Amino acid sequence: MHELSVCQGMLHQVDVIAAEHAPCRVTRIIVRIGPLSGVEPALLAQAFPLASAGTVASDAELQIENLPVRVHCETCGEESDAAANRLLCGFCGDWHTRLVSGDELLLASVELENEEHSGNTQSDTEDHVRGGQSYV
Amino acid sequence: MCDTCGCNVTKGNRHLIVGDGKLSRVREGTTAVSVLQGLLSENDSQAKHNREHFDRRGILAINLMSSPGSGKTALLEATIDALGDRYGIAVIEGDLETENDAERIRARGVRAVQIATGTACHLDAHMVHDAVHGLDLEGIDLVFIENVGNLVCPASFDLGQHRNVTLLSVTEGDDKPAKYPVMFRAADAVVLSKTDLLPVMDDFDPARAERCLRDLASRAPVLPVASRKSPDLDAWLKWLEQEMQDHRQRLAEGRSIRPAIQPDGMHLHAAG
Repeated sequence: MHELSVCQGMLHQVDVIAAEHAPCRVTRIIVRIGPLSGVEPALLAQAFPLASAGTVASDAELQIENLPVRVHCETCGEESDAAANRLLCGFCGDWHTRLVSGDELLLASVELENEEHSGNTQSDTEDHVRGGQSYV
Repeated sequence: MCDTCGCNVTKGNRHLIVGDGKLSRVREGTTAVSVLQGLLSENDSQAKHNREHFDRRGILAINLMSSPGSGKTALLEATIDALGDRYGIAVIEGDLETENDAERIRARGVRAVQIATGTACHLDAHMVHDAVHGLDLEGIDLVFIENVGNLVCPASFDLGQHRNVTLLSVTEGDDKPAKYPVMFRAADAVVLSKTDLLPVMDDFDPARAERCLRDLASRAPVLPVASRKSPDLDAWLKWLEQEMQDHRQRLAEGRSIRPAIQPDGMHLHAAG
């Protein structure tokens, strides 16, 4: 239900990144989503063409990486897979666990293609690298 | 300087380019910018600002979430009746339409501002920010944000609150935590509401509801509450006053707090 607003938030971030590397176009957006993030990957994928229309990412591919639910048991110390609504230790069955993966809602990376590009020039590369340092 | 021999890779930028670095090259003419930020980072920055605003004024902010009709507004009315003399309370109400809930709160002599979200199924940090600026916070100790009645979307948006409280009324299924794990995992406390109806709700087992909650690895206390006829608010008021005391202590030490789950956990294993 709220995937459209999540998608719009994501595209705003992508827009900022693309503006810092302008002129360029966004070719791919990679996100990582866990089942406990509250965002449904299929709905996000459906929202993407609507939300991206007319933006710098209108031709981009949205790649969604689904992450597994994993828990670390504070009782026996083991790490195991779990179901989203049963976060029990797979070894001792205890519920005193900590989630180590499964609630991610991350913009992992954005791939940009230089608009003026036709054959990759060295100065382009250097600019990308230097420009990119501001992300650190 | 060229790509071929790597002479443009320096100590300073090497970590950006090599392997999964932030600017690792994908294919000719394409640059991959690694971001690893929450998809909702814009909302999260606004939420942080809201929290700082509350903290500067020594206010504890609590976000109430539940399905529609589980008794959020009734809980607030009963809480105002019980604590209104001792603490300054203000309420931000979220609904798709109408001013009804804010009017109910104002009728108790408490400041309230209504957010009508239109079609939006949740509150976000920007809406709360605007609402806070429409609210006189002078003399206020406690701000309640009553979220849109919905067990799905509100769990994903940090509003700048310090604590999340999720209500589960005994007229709903006792397996709600298993059905809506994202929402119930986000709760710092679960209020079991309408417990005065338990004698006639023979299919609701409070122990089963708590078991479903523990299956989510949640340590949140379960607080039985009856807000209307013969109110029973003891567990809730005790929790609330302890939270207020803890928050004052934290602020005195220059610290604050975010709700239990969101979205710190995400950042902790973001790089993994």
